[in-house]
Amino acid sequence: MSDIVEKTLTALPGLFLQTPGAGGPAAARAPFSSRLGGLIRGITALTSKHEEEKLIQQELSNLKAAVSAPTTTLKMMKECMVRLIYCEMLGYDASFGYIHAIKLAQQGNLLEKRVGYLAVSLFLHESHELLLLLVNTVVKDLQSTNLVEVCMALTIVSQIFPQEMIPAVLPLIEDKLQHSKEIIRRKAVLALYKFHLIAPNQVQHIHIKFQKALCDRDVGVMAASLHIYHRMIKENSSGYKDLTGSFVTILKQVVGGKLPVDFNYHSVPAPWLQIQLLRILRLLGKDDQRTSELMYDVLDESLRRAELNHNVTYAILFECVHTVYSIYPKSELLEKAAKCIGKFVLSPKINLKYLGLKALTYVIQQDPTLALQHQMTIIECLDHPDPIIKRETLELLYRITNAQNITVIVQKMLEYLHQSKEEYIIVNLVGKIAELAEKYAPDNAWFIQTMNAVFSVGGDVMNPDIPNNFLRLLAEGFDDETEDQQLRLYAVQSYLTLLDVENVFYPQRFLQVMSWVLGEYSYLLDKETPEEVITKLYKLLMNDSISSETKAWLIAAVTKLTPQAHSSNIVERLIQEFTVSLDTCLRQHAFELKHLHENAELMKSLLPVNKSCEDMVVDASLSFLDSHVAEELSQGAAPYKPHHQRQEEKLSQEKVLNFEPYGLSFSSSGFTGRQSPAGISLGSDISGNSAEIGLKETSSLKLEGIQKLWGKEGYLPKKESKTGDETEAPPVSQESIIENVDQTITKKDPSQALTQSKEEKEKQLLASSLFVGLGSESTVNLLGKADTISHKFRRKSKVKEAISGEKTSAHNMTRSSFSSPTNVTYEEDYYLDNLRDGRDKELEKFALSAELLGSESLAEPPLVEKLSECRRPAPSLFADDMEVFHPPRSTSASLASESSLASLLEETTDHMHSDLTEVCGTEAMSLSSYRIWKDDCLLMVWLVSNKSGSELEGVNLEIAPAENFKITEQPGCCLPIIEAENTKNFQYSVQMEKPFTEGNLSGFINYQMMNTHAVQLEFSVNLSLLDFIRPLKISTEAFGKLWLSFANDVKQNVKMSESQAALPSALKTLRRKLRLHVVDIIGSEGLLACQLLPSIPCLLHFRVHGDVLALWFRSSCSTLPDYLLYQCQKVMEGS
Amino acid sequence: MQFMLLFSRQGKLRLQKWYVPLSDKEKKKITRELVQTVLARKPKMCSFLEWRDLKIVYKRYASLYFCCAIEDQDNELITLEIIHRYVELLDKYFGSVCELDIIFNFEKAYFILDEFLLGGEVQETSKKNVLKAIEQADLLQEVRS
Repeated sequence: MSDIVEKTLTALPGLFLQTPGAGGPAAARAPFSSRLGGLIRGITALTSKHEEEKLIQQELSNLKAAVSAPTTTLKMMKECMVRLIYCEMLGYDASFGYIHAIKLAQQGNLLEKRVGYLAVSLFLHESHELLLLLVNTVVKDLQSTNLVEVCMALTIVSQIFPQEMIPAVLPLIEDKLQHSKEIIRRKAVLALYKFHLIAPNQVQHIHIKFQKALCDRDVGVMAASLHIYHRMIKENSSGYKDLTGSFVTILKQVVGGKLPVDFNYHSVPAPWLQIQLLRILRLLGKDDQRTSELMYDVLDESLRRAELNHNVTYAILFECVHTVYSIYPKSELLEKAAKCIGKFVLSPKINLKYLGLKALTYVIQQDPTLALQHQMTIIECLDHPDPIIKRETLELLYRITNAQNITVIVQKMLEYLHQSKEEYIIVNLVGKIAELAEKYAPDNAWFIQTMNAVFSVGGDVMNPDIPNNFLRLLAEGFDDETEDQQLRLYAVQSYLTLLDVENVFYPQRFLQVMSWVLGEYSYLLDKETPEEVITKLYKLLMNDSISSETKAWLIAAVTKLTPQAHSSNIVERLIQEFTVSLDTCLRQHAFELKHLHENAELMKSLLPVNKSCEDMVVDASLSFLDSHVAEELSQGAAPYKPHHQRQEEKLSQEKVLNFEPYGLSFSSSGFTGRQSPAGISLGSDISGNSAEIGLKETSSLKLEGIQKLWGKEGYLPKKESKTGDETEAPPVSQESIIENVDQTITKKDPSQALTQSKEEKEKQLLASSLFVGLGSESTVNLLGKADTISHKFRRKSKVKEAISGEKTSAHNMTRSSFSSPTNVTYEEDYYLDNLRDGRDKELEKFALSAELLGSESLAEPPLVEKLSECRRPAPSLFADDMEVFHPPRSTSASLASESSLASLLEETTDHMHSDLTEVCGTEAMSLSSYRIWKDDCLLMVWLVSNKSGSELEGVNLEIAPAENFKITEQPGCCLPIIEAENTKNFQYSVQMEKPFTEGNLSGFINYQMMNTHAVQLEFSVNLSLLDFIRPLKISTEAFGKLWLSFANDVKQNVKMSESQAALPSALKTLRRKLRLHVVDIIGSEGLLACQLLPSIPCLLHFRVHGDVLALWFRSSCSTLPDYLLYQCQKVMEGS
Repeated sequence: MQFMLLFSRQGKLRLQKWYVPLSDKEKKKITRELVQTVLARKPKMCSFLEWRDLKIVYKRYASLYFCCAIEDQDNELITLEIIHRYVELLDKYFGSVCELDIIFNFEKAYFILDEFLLGGEVQETSKKNVLKAIEQADLLQEVRS
């Protein structure tokens, strides 16, 4: 019966539609007590927003009274909740009802509970504090025997659940994975997926159960588990390669139509499942030939089967194409995929066209010829009425930009830019234009004009890197000094013209750029005098619409120009005006200018012309204070001790370890204290209150943090052609292109060629200028000549060097300030004494830390003995190696080599080194190598021994440059001749440029025997990250400070193998195998530190729970923690 | 999926489901901007929009707009089909659904959505299974009440 009533009720609204003027009569007819209905009808009857507001406020106050009245039954409460949800959807605040929603979920019967849960999921968000009150209800419902209650609880958990309460429900949800009902299993899997998203560590231990879900007999459960797998594989694809076969099999079954018909969607078998699987395969097959080979078949079949002309098949095709292009390539599949892209691009349906363009942007870098195939479509899309299509086309063009088509593409982008109003689009587009302009600008005038457009449109929303980079580019210049001057002069002239225009407002950032350029480079002008420029700047300064920050830039520019000017009326007026300014910053600048102006000589030396790139000499040691210090000392003042030294002394006086938790008691500001004073002053703000304006200007340009947009790509060896050539070239070559295009068209479709309208010709002209320089030379409509200039602007390496120099000096300072604790000797004795007593556990723990710390600082080299791959550097041990390596017969040779090694070892005795291993060799010669882990680099030593009885000549060893390494040959290595039975060595110091797990270093050796042909042998060695990790010896406080200052962190739980399941052994492993320095041990937690050479520190905090080790890495480098974690996992799980 | 919005041709919000935590203020701002942008688009235009760093996929059914926000690497076409499948489910449940069904029974529409999408991911793609789950819950609650 109630069923029928329900149906009638749901049908009723339908009836309203048929009655014209729905409000009145329908309301009368509606028999239901639903007050929601009344409310909704009330609202629809209203005409103004104001009336609506009044009505709803009234409604809300009624509701507020109702929900808090004790007489309200749960049934009424449910009704109120529905109305509250409705009010909130209309945008009114109903927060007073949140707590009642939770109550309803807790106390109501099924019907009410359902609404209660729904209201909670709509009202609250993950971190809402009220959500904690829901946890108990969820736990109760999860344990309920009623299926619907369990479903509701699982549904709410998968939507919002407080992260910190996960442990409370996790075991219950895990149990549900074995539930007999598939709907429960499915929801449980999704709840765990949600947990994986918000707290991956907490569900790590159930990964094995996910595999069960993947093999579930119910398709829904299996499909749900794919969400988790997709996520996990995205994070770490290498860990799941073994599942590739399973995913391929599942996809084969789905594509083959083996699933129940229920899962078909418009007669396509389970499209959602197919797409999810294709995504997973894409991640697995990326850069992995073997895994990719497993999936070629099924991808081929997917492409073949998806023939139905329906959106959903296109969705699958799109995913398929993307996968084919992402995995290890197979030409046959690529061909098919390219055809598919053609289907999309040429489709009359706009959605498909859009996706076609999107697909092209994915694949264009791999296969630029595809863009050529579809060039006419792309041109059409460029003028499409739908801005989204246009934008996607520009994105595509952005990716095929080169030195030849830059002007056309940037012009198109600027056109789009002028039409768009949305900030996000402007920021994005402006960034791209600036990037392209810096990379490929054809000439000075174009570059400056384009950047002018960028600055005037992008104005104050764009990324601040853009003006910074632009100014740096102007200041640093390129290889050719005269061209630099021309560029600067052009910039100055164009800005003066822009400033002459009346009633135009430029964005503040643009004005700042202008004022800097005018201040620096106005001296290049012939006609205009500095006075004229100053007058213009002064006019701007008097403008009220200009911010005080910009005014500071303007005054700085005037200050720079003043020494060049002959008369100074305006400057004096300016000083007068601004020394009484209410803005303290401007007043300060004005006073500075005033004082400098009085001393013309000082001003000229302080503000030299065109020296913005020269390095400033800053007395970092503050030597001018020396006399003062000496005086104070002679009067009995105590010598200065740095903070860490004071702390250490305090500690050693107390004679105990620091058991305080690190981190909390230190202020993060202390960290900057370690940097050189020069570094700090370099970082000072432009509008800060330091004494010299001019110096501040120069320093602000050298900020290190600036993103190098045009850095590496722009730095290519210059080819022969000069700018002059290129400006002449285009007209000629364009004609030839048009001819070519015409020919192509004629070949393809003669009839079309005849009816070609003028418009089409224009389009083809555009096409030829857009697609020039793409694809191979065999393509018909390609410019005959090769890419003459690839990158217009290169910067000098000078500044880069200066910066790296600065870094190393800072690094040295850092290192010198770190010193290992000195009090440990004492502790070790203390420990031994106590151990004999063997009294209690607490002492043992304490002892452990003492032992570890003690051995660390006192006996680090002896520990090395235990390392399998390392040896303690001692000549006696080394002699053994030599015997192994040299045949006994050549004792003289081994003796000789020993002596030569002895000299080598003199400098390396302090360092650990590896065993000698032979890398290659012939009968006459043998090449072996070992590595010395020096404090500042990895030293690779190659020993070439002559085993024959005659001389080896022309011996030359070369190491090929490798991507991730910086290799420097150590001087004084070797003569090209090796006497009979003798050994020579070659040394190379190797630095890692960016973190990675393993790299390969290869090279070759040449030599020539007497009267025989030359021989060349190739060899290679593997280097691992660990070769570049060194202990970082710092104190606990320094650790605390560093910890707070690092932003990149990685946390992970690692299960330890049985042999290591204790703090001491775990520590030992980490210290020995990874060369971490044990900073401190606090209870069951440990602090370790290391650095990646040359100076990237990484800190590790860990805690032991049973056999699980919770690792927490932090570093200043974003990738290093991940790599170290990987190594940690290897050693902890492995041995 | 980041969120789903249903709104009428007049710009009145009919349903909202957020799968990412956002403040009420942000939600309101996003809703206002999106409703404006989508309503301003012409019928022949593409069903996809780039909006901030998200992709918006929308489709109009009679007087109602269904609008989903996805990330850039997600598949736009299949999102259109998600919308369509949801409409099919509503249609089957209400029996040729119209906007008024959703207005007056919006909690039902939410229940159906929760059985189809959970936490922003597709939970169940079989139409039969989704409706079975809903019917089960409806039936039980009626027995009790």
